[in-house]
Amino acid sequence: MKKELIKGNIAIAEAAIAAGCQCFFGYPITPQNEIPEYMSLKMPQLGRTFVQSESEVSAINMVYGAAGSGARVMTSSSGPGMSLKQEGISFLAGAELPCVIVNVMRGGPGLGGIQPAQADYYQSVKGGGHGDYHLVVYAPSTVQEAVELTQKAFHTADKYRIPVVVLADGVLGQMMEPATITVPKEEPLPEKTWATTSIGNSSRKPNIANSLYLDPYKLEKHIQHLAKKFDVITENEIMVEYNDIENAEIVVVAYGTTARIVRSAMNTLKKEGINIGLVRPITLSPFPTDEINQACKNANSVLVVEMSLGQMIDDVKIAINGEKPVNFYGRQGGVIPKASDVVDEIKKLRGVI
Amino acid sequence: MKQVFKKTTMLTDKPFTYCPGCTHGIIHRLVAEVLEELGIGQDTIGVAPVGCAVMCYEFFNCDMHVSAHGRAPAIATGIKRVYPDKIVFTYQGDGDLASIGTAETIHVAARGENLTTIFINNAIYGMTGGQMAPTTLMEQKTTTSPTGRSESLGGNPIKMSEILATIDGVCYVERTSVHNPQHIIATKKAIKKAFQNQIDNKGYSIVEVLSNCPTNWGMSPQQSLVWMEENMIPVYPLGVKKEVK
Repeated sequence: MKKELIKGNIAIAEAAIAAGCQCFFGYPITPQNEIPEYMSLKMPQLGRTFVQSESEVSAINMVYGAAGSGARVMTSSSGPGMSLKQEGISFLAGAELPCVIVNVMRGGPGLGGIQPAQADYYQSVKGGGHGDYHLVVYAPSTVQEAVELTQKAFHTADKYRIPVVVLADGVLGQMMEPATITVPKEEPLPEKTWATTSIGNSSRKPNIANSLYLDPYKLEKHIQHLAKKFDVITENEIMVEYNDIENAEIVVVAYGTTARIVRSAMNTLKKEGINIGLVRPITLSPFPTDEINQACKNANSVLVVEMSLGQMIDDVKIAINGEKPVNFYGRQGGVIPKASDVVDEIKKLRGVI
Repeated sequence: MKQVFKKTTMLTDKPFTYCPGCTHGIIHRLVAEVLEELGIGQDTIGVAPVGCAVMCYEFFNCDMHVSAHGRAPAIATGIKRVYPDKIVFTYQGDGDLASIGTAETIHVAARGENLTTIFINNAIYGMTGGQMAPTTLMEQKTTTSPTGRSESLGGNPIKMSEILATIDGVCYVERTSVHNPQHIIATKKAIKKAFQNQIDNKGYSIVEVLSNCPTNWGMSPQQSLVWMEENMIPVYPLGVKKEVK
């Protein structure tokens, strides 16, 4: 596969196809429209399924049907559409059905806007639907990483029987960057013996895709089973990237597009002899709590930068556990922080300005 | 001794959870017998609704999905797109199909998905304790229309079969009833046709079955069957609403 200049949304769609995505169900909403548009052309050509659903509610339930039947399946959306999907996401989590959900984040609340934001962190990481559940959430920061994490998302979903979110933002979705559409080499996965394939000639009992447990003791046991599974995911699947943390006086924690802006700010500051580190969580759920604590051990303080009012900062504060100040800088509503803004903020924190 | 009758193999041995006199049990048996008689039971995947029939995933002896409220047609679409050669059906009540899932109902029909829907219309929410349904009759008392359904407060009963009959992509719509043996036999015939259409790849088929709810109607089973005939059928006329040969 050769490197090509490719738009983030289309790269995500191509990555899914290369990972063997058999079904795509979606509904138009900006800034992710290139994903369903691309899928509507390519999937039928490959003999695979594309359905433009009547709503995001229906799209996520079509995902439920296909996932329960054992297919690799994806949907994508943004903002209000992600809110509509939350009912179905809760059911998918309850029924332990693997699927990939791409959120190309825009500004909210409400109809909000169509410019990039990171305001759906709580919704994705803390569970936007009802009930006790966790999702796996990957946060790419380049188009190439969006390709790789979309493909990894399918694998993780199948490995653990869990819905996985790829949490991108409008910058990543709309930006063109050089990237290679890889064909993932996957470890062997467990057979989907639970899938509703119809009984056929086998002697097995009926398979049921279900999240209903009317007996509270059985529901409690089920929820605890989901929690134990997430403990295993936390043990094995955390991904985090470090930049220049060794001698950093301030460590910045940022994810996705924001981490790239922070890196530009770090380069400027380095020329002025100011050492700043960056910790970039790649999995937002499970969250790299211990990793962040360790990475910030030698720093005087921590700065969290987000395109929101500050949502991930809650988890960073838990990671830092009161050991040092955790400060925040963010822009909201689709306003993208400039590297110079981050430079100024860090200088302010150092008491230089 | 020669065995002249046995229970259909497409029902499990799990006892039904329905109230005494409820016709869900009859309709379950009809669906199960049809699946067996057509020889498609082992190739069938069903979708259970939210409502009294949510437990039907324990009663039908085939692979099942348990749906969110109203979403069965979307889930069935997902299943059928993965397995176009399998038989996929939804079993839905009036709140599920005609209220919270109206969009899913209309669009599964408009897409002409090759699926079968069994729609149970008993004019009330049974599982939640007798609230007003979209199909509740005018003047009918429910726990959320305690003085009787009025147009100003509760709107009008919705006639889904007539609506669905107007949609291109729909192959077959029939409304039947199970208030007496004659109509039970007619209902089975309609259900069989709705599944045969799917086998023949003809598109979306739906049978609306008028049903009862003695518990929440506050009637004996016998009274409820008489009430169905005298009050429901005039509002929801029986018969084939659309059939593409």
